[in-house]
Amino acid sequence: MSIPMEAHERTPETRVPRASPPMNDPAARATQIADATPAPNVAPAPAALFAAGVGEKMRATDLNFFYGKAQALYNISIRIPTNHVTAFIGPSGCGKSTFLRTLNRMCDTVKGTRVEGDVQLDGEDVFGLDVTSVRRRVGMVFQRSNPFPKSIFDNVAYGLRVNGGLSRAEVAERVERSLVRSALWDEVKHKLHESAYGLSGGQQQRLCIARALAVDPEVLLLDEPCSALDPISTSKIEELLLTLADSCTIVIVTHNMQQAARVSDYTGFFLMGKLVEFDKTEQIFQAPSRKETEDYVTGRFG
Amino acid sequence: MHSSETLKVQGEARVPGTKRNPGARAFALRFFSGDEIARALVTISAALILLVTVLLVYELWINSHLAREKFGWHFLTTQVWDPNAGQFGALAFVFGTVVTSFVALLIAVPLGVGAAIFLSELAPPKLSNALTFCIELLAAVPSVIYGLLGVFVLMPLIKQYLHPVLKGTLGWTPLFSGPFYGPSMLVAGIVLAVMILPFIVSVSRQVLLAVPNDQREGALALGATKWESTWKVVVPFAQRGIYGSVFLALARSLGETMAVTMVIGNTPQIKASLFAPGYSIAAVIANEFTEATYDLYVHSLIELGLVLFALTIIINGLARLLVSSTAKFSVSST
Repeated sequence: MSIPMEAHERTPETRVPRASPPMNDPAARATQIADATPAPNVAPAPAALFAAGVGEKMRATDLNFFYGKAQALYNISIRIPTNHVTAFIGPSGCGKSTFLRTLNRMCDTVKGTRVEGDVQLDGEDVFGLDVTSVRRRVGMVFQRSNPFPKSIFDNVAYGLRVNGGLSRAEVAERVERSLVRSALWDEVKHKLHESAYGLSGGQQQRLCIARALAVDPEVLLLDEPCSALDPISTSKIEELLLTLADSCTIVIVTHNMQQAARVSDYTGFFLMGKLVEFDKTEQIFQAPSRKETEDYVTGRFG
Repeated sequence: MHSSETLKVQGEARVPGTKRNPGARAFALRFFSGDEIARALVTISAALILLVTVLLVYELWINSHLAREKFGWHFLTTQVWDPNAGQFGALAFVFGTVVTSFVALLIAVPLGVGAAIFLSELAPPKLSNALTFCIELLAAVPSVIYGLLGVFVLMPLIKQYLHPVLKGTLGWTPLFSGPFYGPSMLVAGIVLAVMILPFIVSVSRQVLLAVPNDQREGALALGATKWESTWKVVVPFAQRGIYGSVFLALARSLGETMAVTMVIGNTPQIKASLFAPGYSIAAVIANEFTEATYDLYVHSLIELGLVLFALTIIINGLARLLVSSTAKFSVSST
């Protein structure tokens, strides 16, 4: 490409890239075609989709997923851009959460499931890596906040202690940094050693984000993190995601289309286990290329 | 909080007449709708439990007055038990009861909690259910059978294998010194351990199964291994329930009579060695009640019952205190 790569560095103004660079590179064009061929129903992200300087953090290729005999995902191929927010939308049961859970191999925890295809993290096959190291690098926040029955401090420190190798002072410092990053520090700094269950729902969810951030994940997956929260807590978490995207690749599953529009740079639309369309968020919401996407984002179904 | 109160007020206001017609009519209305009947029934049930406990203590208290008046607090501090001389002291029995229960817990708690963790976290559900059924069957075996097994199986085995090993390695401690003839506090403790194991396993397993899955996922998603997630998140989450199972087991072992009587040796003495015979409160009551030929003897035995009751309450209370000081962040599950 002719435009110089400024890998992993963005200024806030370039959050939503306004224009993709012209497709001059024949190699990139070839990849695009190759990606598009295997499954006509699926629209993988073309190479040109990402703005200049945006790297590819994760990639799924022809991913199929089965719960027993029932297939939940069909030929998903997608690239997740580095240090951006990617949102997955779609009606309930469309497979977006299932797909999210293949990215950090949380799908392994359910018995009787099977994965076909390929998921890569920085070019490495996640199913070939040690599962605990994958989950350390790809953190996850769940729909229901799930703090452990420990103090606020111990919750955040859990991942650090499990992974080991840090002194007490380092743990304390990382805990503080994570709580600051998750915008919870000011609210809890005077009660770090009280039970995490004393926090409000929104605070608990931010605590779970802090807990995930403490181990310095490269990617943070969020599975409908705001679905049980009130609008104020929701907006706090959304602001948080926007700041976090400067240093972390974020993938969020949401039922709330306004939320996807507010926080994400790229949006994928899932329907019946297929990735129907993946594009820049503004494109998806303003001029989707497929009829199903348009019907969904305009509220005609789902 | 605020909004739910508002809702409640609105809900009441919507039922016409409840506020304006207090008294007989409103009561009759509620009575015939069943609410008052149900309330009365459950209140009576709860009151009956309290009543039975109070009556029990009252009877023990009244029927032990001769012994209490004669010996006072010395009853608890002397270990002489001589019906011929009319001298009675509870100390040796208290010692035997506490030591055997402690040995039982020492063996049964790690085994039981370990088994419960395996059954709830690692075993495939079918295997888990089958094994749990087997373990719960253990609870249905009459205690006299455990006593027989203790006498005819456990004692020879210990004499032949365990005693030489313990004596060779730990024989220098008073705990494992001296000869082993068979009936002893060690055998009683082991038999009790087997008897209380089903309680610990089945209750702990239930509690562990009730831990929400999002706790496991939360830990795994941070890069914890299966064991780290189980030991550092799932077990702490369930710890109150697990302690509950241990209390249940403890209460059971303190009061166990038949099996202990058969294997403890029935010798009222205080010896440091676990190989030495001893005596427990429940055992002496069972053994000597029919032989108690004069009132002071009977009253002393009944006072032993009172002591056992108090001992159970004190030990349970202490255990609960210990738990509430360590488990302050735990969720009060089950």
